[in-house]
Amino acid sequence: MSWVLVVAGAMVGAPLRYLTDRAVQSRHGSVFPWGTVTVNVAGCLLLGVVTGAVTAGGAPEPVRLLLGTGLCGALTTYSTFSFETLRLAETGARLLAAANVALSVVAGLGAVVLGTVLANTLWP
Amino acid sequence: MTGDRIQESVDPDLDVTVVTTGPPRPRAAGQLPIVVAVSLGGGLGAAARYGVTLAWPTTAGSFPWAVWSVNVAGCALLGVVLVLVTEVRDAHRLLRPFLGTGVLGGFTTFSTYAVDAQALVQAGRPGLALTSAAATLVAALASVWLAVTATRAVSRRVRGSRRQGEAGA
Repeated sequence: MSWVLVVAGAMVGAPLRYLTDRAVQSRHGSVFPWGTVTVNVAGCLLLGVVTGAVTAGGAPEPVRLLLGTGLCGALTTYSTFSFETLRLAETGARLLAAANVALSVVAGLGAVVLGTVLANTLWP
Repeated sequence: MTGDRIQESVDPDLDVTVVTTGPPRPRAAGQLPIVVAVSLGGGLGAAARYGVTLAWPTTAGSFPWAVWSVNVAGCALLGVVLVLVTEVRDAHRLLRPFLGTGVLGGFTTFSTYAVDAQALVQAGRPGLALTSAAATLVAALASVWLAVTATRAVSRRVRGSRRQGEAGA
């Protein structure tokens, strides 16, 4: 059962990442990978809420498998983030590559903390 | 105009097609097969990640080796896949969305990486949290760079020896 939940969540999360990336990247002209930043930060926020909710007993364990391991796990990506950083560095946009790393890590960690605070407020 | 000229002068050995980091962007009508390929691949990749974390559980307060390995391996594999897909001319148009965006995108995860770091802080190990966050970042960037460089070098050699073989025939 746990495998079904993980796969079901991921089968929604992965295409959601693809479609979000396309929508975001078509709305600006720069080479900066705003699409991947968006899905990674949004996934961190959601996983912070889900983890906080399950820890506080506000949601059962299967929710973590479906929305956490499955959906958030597939919505966010480390491989595309790394590859896009490498492309920026290779094409001479080293400052943008460094900015992508700093922004992704800081905003991702911040989103997890914010999600946990939200969960603690909703499920005290 | 400028765009046309750039396209005409493209050297086939320059992998300019890799510059666009996302999968190919065809018109809306051709979207459904891509979305399905990404979805199926994402399910497979996430199942593989889940399998690794079950086989290699991380005890609370210790370095998250399973997720670290998944992310570093996934970055290396994406480097190989993206270089190969752009070198192999006849690659099926759904191969990159399935393998790159789907399987490897679903395999690697940014959210668990961040939540694991926060969990280490909560467990009273802020130093280890910082170490795991930095170690993942450095290893992921190094592995994708190594994979891309190595795959390019190998494919250049293969094409070079193929060309030599044709000239000798």
